[in-house]
Amino acid sequence: MSDSDCIPAHQPLELSINGQRHQLQVAPWMTLLDLLRDQLDLTGSKKGCDHGQCGACTVLRNGQRVNACLTLAIMCDGDCITTIEGLADDERLHPLQQAFIRHDAFQCGYCTPGQICSAVALASEGRALSRAEIQEGMSGNLCRCGAYGNIVAAVEEALPQMIASDQGGPRA
Amino acid sequence: MIPFAYSKPTDVAGALQLAGPDSHFIAGGTNLLDLMKENVAQPQRLIDITGLPLREVTATASGGLSIGALVGNAELARHPRIEADYPLLAQAILAGASPQLRNMASSGGNLLQRTRCAYFYDSAVPCNKRAPGTGCPARSGLNRNHAILGASQHCVAVHPSDMCVALAALEATVQVQGPAGSRQIAFADFHRLPGEQPERDNTLADNELITAIELPAPRFAEHVHYLKVRDRASYAFALISVAAALRLEGERIGELRLALGGVAHKPWRDPALEARFQGQPATSATYTQIAQAMLSGAQPLAHNAFKVTLAHNAIIRALGQAQRRQGATA
Ligand SMILES: Cc1cc2nc3c(=O)[nH]c(=O)nc-3n(C[C@H](O)[C@H](O)[C@H](O)COP(=O)(O)OP(=O)(O)OC[C@H]3O[C@@H](n4cnc5c(N)ncnc54)[C@H](O)[C@@H]3O)c2cc1C
Ligand code: SF4
Ligand code: FES
Ligand code: FES
Repeated sequence: MSDSDCIPAHQPLELSINGQRHQLQVAPWMTLLDLLRDQLDLTGSKKGCDHGQCGACTVLRNGQRVNACLTLAIMCDGDCITTIEGLADDERLHPLQQAFIRHDAFQCGYCTPGQICSAVALASEGRALSRAEIQEGMSGNLCRCGAYGNIVAAVEEALPQMIASDQGGPRA
Repeated sequence: MIPFAYSKPTDVAGALQLAGPDSHFIAGGTNLLDLMKENVAQPQRLIDITGLPLREVTATASGGLSIGALVGNAELARHPRIEADYPLLAQAILAGASPQLRNMASSGGNLLQRTRCAYFYDSAVPCNKRAPGTGCPARSGLNRNHAILGASQHCVAVHPSDMCVALAALEATVQVQGPAGSRQIAFADFHRLPGEQPERDNTLADNELITAIELPAPRFAEHVHYLKVRDRASYAFALISVAAALRLEGERIGELRLALGGVAHKPWRDPALEARFQGQPATSATYTQIAQAMLSGAQPLAHNAFKVTLAHNAIIRALGQAQRRQGATA
């Protein structure tokens, strides 16, 4: 490396998160997950493994589900991020949130924000409809409590409703 | 992760200018960031290539398809041309990782993902691939997931990609650009066996960029099957995978392509063997002979002899499934 590119500790980053614009300074090595949780206090997205192996950190990046733990914040410049905090419409829960409550689709709840964000994207991808397709489509989200049966039931119930009302996609 | 400098060039020339031994390109980041968190990769600079114009899937003059290095794995698997003409590739991609990771992962990055050998990932122990000359603890250690074919004294790791197994069977070529210009690498010559230099996974130079992956005109759109066997039903790397493609002439094999994943340091293919079975009856008796021939050189380690049987049975099943499959939908 030449002198001219000594490592800058912070670089500017502009993001929309849950519909709100943020102008930030971040270190290039900060992950999107750490930015959300540690710098912006959006602790809904969880850190399970920090290695892409569990899905607890799933958020929507420009409408697509991604693992925030393997995403560098600086690489999201100009993007729209939706987290679990951005799904409800004021006091009205997102249909998937309601379905998770109705079906008791969790025990400890640690995987739940990632599960719900993942299912929101699944609906917008418009492919999974059968139970088996939902299971495969949700396979990027592990649940250590083993609430899978109820999670799949919740998604199965909410999916047609979301596709019909076009609530699959995130509200940027 | 140790601190690093970050740049985001907007053209290929700019990216190549920054390339060098201490710099790494980053695309989806799903493998590189993982390795950086474990201090297995310690680049001083990341060159973010996601701003480069390498996102197109275009028809080639020879009737094939050119896939830009930045086309995402999920996007590629759902591309209408891939679904219709190269269903083997779509199946292989969808068998890998998770929906989230496939959204992030790029085509070029998939080729360059590194082995999942647990010793390679643990920077506290020796490993010839990570620290050349320190030894290979997997040879005498836990080697259930390791190679049964083509390994060396120095390394018994396997290449973890699913997509690459299909690309090997389909005889893709890798388009590369470096300071000296561009070149093409046949898929069979892209990844390498460990030999004396297990630190080298492939034949790409440090300062070369993958720009595209090219598929030849489609020859296997019908009788194909990608079979992946793993420890759980989804979201796990292959113990064994088989990419099988047949062209049938009546009751006989007109043409055969067969590649194995999870068995070696690269997708394992034997074109001479494929040619030998041309014209043979398309029956399970033939598929059993193919499986035997494919695995005749297998040298299992202490914990992975089961993989030889598993691969044998998987080859027979995959060829049978390929034969029975009709049309473009799985
Ligand atoms: C939990 C988990 C499970 C997974 N399971 C599977 C699985 O079952 N099957 C499977 O096949 N894969 C699996 N993967 C691996 C995944 O497919 C790869 O990590 C991904 O394809 C890499 O692509 P990327 O764009 O994210 O690469 P990056 O991480 O961005 O880069 C990987 C490497 O390629 C280099 N690079 C990237 N693009 C270029 C280019 N155009 N030219 C030159 N160099 C380049 C980078 O410098 C880096 O060294 C899994 C990954 C994780 C984390
Ligand atoms: S098998 Fe290869 S990657 Fe694994 S410890 Fe041995 S040298 Fe390292
Ligand atoms: S915390 Fe990101 S996948 Fe586990
Ligand atoms: S509810 Fe506890 S991990 Fe899923």
